[in-house]
Amino acid sequence: MNLTLKIWRQASAKASGKFETYKITDISTESSFLEMLDVLNDKLIKENVDPVAYDHDCREGICGMCSLYINGRPHGPDEDITTCQLHMRKFKDGDTITIEPWRAGPFPVIKDLAVDRNAFDKILQEGGFISVNTGSAPDANAILIPTQKAELSMDAAACIGCGACVAACKNSSAMLFVSAKVANLGLLPQGRAEAATRVKAMIAKMDELGFGSCTNTGACEAECPKNISISNIAFMNREFLCANIKE
Amino acid sequence: MSGFVSSSIGKKVIMSVTGLFLIIFLCLHLFINLLALVDADGSIFNTVAHFMGTNIIMFVMQWVLAAGFIFHILYSLILTLKNQAARPVKYEVNTRSDITWSSQNMFILGLGILAFLVLHIINYFYKLKFTDLIESGQMSEYELVTSIFTAQYWYYPVIYVIAFILLGLHLNHSFQSSFQTLGLNNSNWLPRLKFIGTLYAIVIAVGFSIIPIYFLMKALL
Ligand code: HEM
Ligand code: FES
Repeated sequence: MNLTLKIWRQASAKASGKFETYKITDISTESSFLEMLDVLNDKLIKENVDPVAYDHDCREGICGMCSLYINGRPHGPDEDITTCQLHMRKFKDGDTITIEPWRAGPFPVIKDLAVDRNAFDKILQEGGFISVNTGSAPDANAILIPTQKAELSMDAAACIGCGACVAACKNSSAMLFVSAKVANLGLLPQGRAEAATRVKAMIAKMDELGFGSCTNTGACEAECPKNISISNIAFMNREFLCANIKE
Repeated sequence: MSGFVSSSIGKKVIMSVTGLFLIIFLCLHLFINLLALVDADGSIFNTVAHFMGTNIIMFVMQWVLAAGFIFHILYSLILTLKNQAARPVKYEVNTRSDITWSSQNMFILGLGILAFLVLHIINYFYKLKFTDLIESGQMSEYELVTSIFTAQYWYYPVIYVIAFILLGLHLNHSFQSSFQTLGLNNSNWLPRLKFIGTLYAIVIAVGFSIIPIYFLMKALL
């Protein structure tokens, strides 16, 4: 297939960026979206043009490194997948594809389509963990966990921290990401001990870093490649309220 | 607790609680208004309106209501400004997924409601409280209500009905949203709350709209 690509180019964090248009030919419908960009970059290098910077790592939908706002949607037009799992058969020959970086104040552009998502790590450092003494592995069934709780916790644990929720939200809110971490740990007995301090510290950090607040539009859930539910946000709101009332 | 009010969720809780209070207020308001349609001379409505206007509890509640509106509007402004600042560079292309239009435009809808509120206060509240139209016996409460829904002032019923549609859209999103904000939600309850919210929004928008339409029709026919 032959395509026209409209790609955001920005030399560095400080530089001002603009869209560049590239024509690309003979792309296989079987190739993945990132492979298509690899082909483009090979071509650009041969033409002595700076290749397009974009993030990727595992290319199997599990690491959360790939991003890209493709034709107005995070991770492109397919449902419940990351950009690395998107295939060119989802497009038509002759299409124009607009590719933008995640847009959010706390996710500044590093170069072209690559954004700095360290803000998520900073939030995790505030409480996205449980404190345990190291030593030999504990007995498997020493703490019994109801299946339903374990399932909900595991569903929340599916979050790969790609930032599509922030990118999709009109307020650049990180609530879906933070709530996934809060629910993942807070639903399990091992996570309860630090539940109150965790939720307060992580939300304080989230606010400080400049993410917007949640207006419950549900855009995050609709675009999440891992189907994280907004019921996690309700869980986090509940935890936060209770933590403040008990104080 | 000071950290709570300054946090994003704390501010949203204030919006949610004030919003829920306004939701309850609208039920009472609608009930009383519909009494104006029960009898031909409006004496039932006059009695109730008189009771509401002279009762100590209602006197206190009117200030609570004013505070509810003020905090709701104030925090909606603070949050909306902060939310807009969180995305300094906008997207070139944005094909939104299947989420409701209302949820994306709550502030615009709110501004429409606020504009209506100002008009509504000038139309009724001001005349009831700061003029002696009623005390001097020039008009009953019922006559005051119907006085602006006439052929001469045809634009008032039109404005009122438009405002009720905006209110209905605001409520359609906000009913379930306020429960979500308070954490009173999960994946079982979300569809139920959405259903109840839509039902409530329709009852409010249609219920309030009937009144100006009824009196305009009566004046015209
Ligand atoms: C009778 C009138 C009103 C009622 C019953 C009402 C009710 C509500 C409720 C229940 C919410 C949901 C809160 C939440 O998501 O937790 C809400 C949100 C909102 N309201 Fe109102 N409201 C009214 C008037 C207004 C006015 C006059 C404005 C602004 C000028 C306004 C602006 C907003 C905004 C911007 C939101 C979304 C806030 C957010 O989610 O961050 N509302 N409203
Ligand atoms: S590159 Fe790892 S999830 Fe896409």
